[in-house]
Amino acid sequence: MEAAEMTSPMTTITDVNELKRIASQVRRDIVRMVHAVNSGHPGASLGCTDFFVTLYFNIMMHDAKHFKMDAKGEDAFFLSNGHISPVWYSTLAHSGYFPVAELNTFRKLNSRLQGHPATEEGLPGIRIASGSLGQGLSAACGMAEAKRLDKDESTVFVLHGDGELQEGQIWEAAMYAAHRKLDNIIATVDYNGRQIDGDVNDVMGLGDLKGKWAAFGWNVLEMDGHDIDAIIKTIEKAKAMRGSGKPTVILMRTEMGQGVDFMVGSHKWHGVAPNDEQLKTALLQLEETLGDYPEPKK
Amino acid sequence: MEITVSPEKKDTRSGFGQGLLELGASHPDVVALCADLTGSLKMNAFEKAYPERFFQVGIAEANMMGVAAGLATAGKIPFTGTFANFSTGRVYDQIRQSIAYSEKNVKICASHAGLTLGEDGATHQILEDIGMMKMLPNMTVVVPCDYNQTRLATLALAEHHGPAYLRFGRPSWPIFTPAESGFQIGKAQLIKSGKDVTIFATGHLVWKSYEAAKELAAQGIDAEVINIHTIKPLDIEAVLDSVSKTRCVVTAEEHQRNGGLGDSIAQVLALNSPLPMQMVAVNDSFGESGTPAQLMTKYGIDTADVVAAVVRVLKRKK
Repeated sequence: MEAAEMTSPMTTITDVNELKRIASQVRRDIVRMVHAVNSGHPGASLGCTDFFVTLYFNIMMHDAKHFKMDAKGEDAFFLSNGHISPVWYSTLAHSGYFPVAELNTFRKLNSRLQGHPATEEGLPGIRIASGSLGQGLSAACGMAEAKRLDKDESTVFVLHGDGELQEGQIWEAAMYAAHRKLDNIIATVDYNGRQIDGDVNDVMGLGDLKGKWAAFGWNVLEMDGHDIDAIIKTIEKAKAMRGSGKPTVILMRTEMGQGVDFMVGSHKWHGVAPNDEQLKTALLQLEETLGDYPEPKK
Repeated sequence: MEITVSPEKKDTRSGFGQGLLELGASHPDVVALCADLTGSLKMNAFEKAYPERFFQVGIAEANMMGVAAGLATAGKIPFTGTFANFSTGRVYDQIRQSIAYSEKNVKICASHAGLTLGEDGATHQILEDIGMMKMLPNMTVVVPCDYNQTRLATLALAEHHGPAYLRFGRPSWPIFTPAESGFQIGKAQLIKSGKDVTIFATGHLVWKSYEAAKELAAQGIDAEVINIHTIKPLDIEAVLDSVSKTRCVVTAEEHQRNGGLGDSIAQVLALNSPLPMQMVAVNDSFGESGTPAQLMTKYGIDTADVVAAVVRVLKRKK
């Protein structure tokens, strides 16, 4: 595909401080969204906020105002660990995929913002349902195959939880991507070491995760998921590996609950919403930078 | 319709292979995936003609369904191929979330369905797949009855937007439907008209039901035979039209009684026009090794079973 046919990013923000300001607002949205319905998954949503903001506002070539399901000529993102929908919804909204005000419908009846991402009501930015774990890498492989068939040079991104890697389908897809030399895939693992029942190492340890991916035939990179500068540089490095004939995975170290002191680093906030008092405490720690989404009309 | 029986028999899976090959030429967006059963699914010709559009996924069916969903997201029309058992039960959650709920235009093509798989035995003889697939919202379920119809169904599915399950089989089987006409997704096919009883059949049992109708004619019973090749969406109008005339019903299928065609017909009758009904189907049991003919007899889905069911239902008819 000619470079001219590629979609231009709507907004490429290179100023790290500006990205941090967006991340602060996304974190506010996350805690407000889960608090409003007393359900949802704040832990890894907060942990992946810096990654999402960097991906959508700095890295990806995408056109938020003209969402294309087929992603022809633009980068595609799949969220395999669908339970961290709050961070995705907030990032999509602030990117321009749908009105920020719609965040106040999260997990409510008749909303496009389902508890886990879904396509049924046509929410722009979502290409496949996820929630039942382990399925996103396969879908990313299919999209990557189609892009190669169509000589479309854009990239397929996919995010996984580390606990999610306990699902066998992940490794079927990992084998497939390497065998098929799908070097247009960049997978990221949210390597926070926690899952619902406790530490990943206690529940079902992943062992030598770097070695596992390498043995499956992948390029393996590592990064600090809370250092926006490092995220930009690492993903650029991953993109430069196009042509290696190998897919690339980035093991991203994060802390569950990042940004809220009483949530950080504990699996207890995987899928629990803050109460009124806890919400107040959390919001004091997160600057309102872009304006909070409005409360729903009573 | 006028039934013309071809002098040669063929397996329905070869109808799929032929249809897929033709789609390769007519539809550049059609792609095919197979989980290490290319020969069994008769996908070799497509693979040879369109190698860049054929994806060998190895023995990893869950991944195959996800890759197909991804290809469909990008605008391709993927046809997946493996045995019916591995096309459904093994990958139910992948189909449910990534294909059915996500409304992906994936065609799940399943061979070696039912008892007529034969000697491999019950591990491979799935008899629950129609039920699993028809329960999924957004899913179309097609079970053609012979080689010609399987080819036509394959061609038709490429034009039909949405998730679909296409079920066919292994054994050589009579060819008795037209090569180029008579098939439309969702439209029941009249095989033989009659006035005393309606036999609704699907898949291999359509031929058995046609044979049964000929035997019944010799006893003076005029049976109508209707091919329900599309289990979902069911042609309710055709069902009600026929039973309004015959006032009693037999269903026939190579599937469990629970969840099969009989269930679907019973639901239509119960909601609209309760009538005496008998079901020819496997009754809550697994199969076993044996020849297809032996198994159809032992598990009660042979011509004689259809005849017996008609005799029983006629006794109940008021």
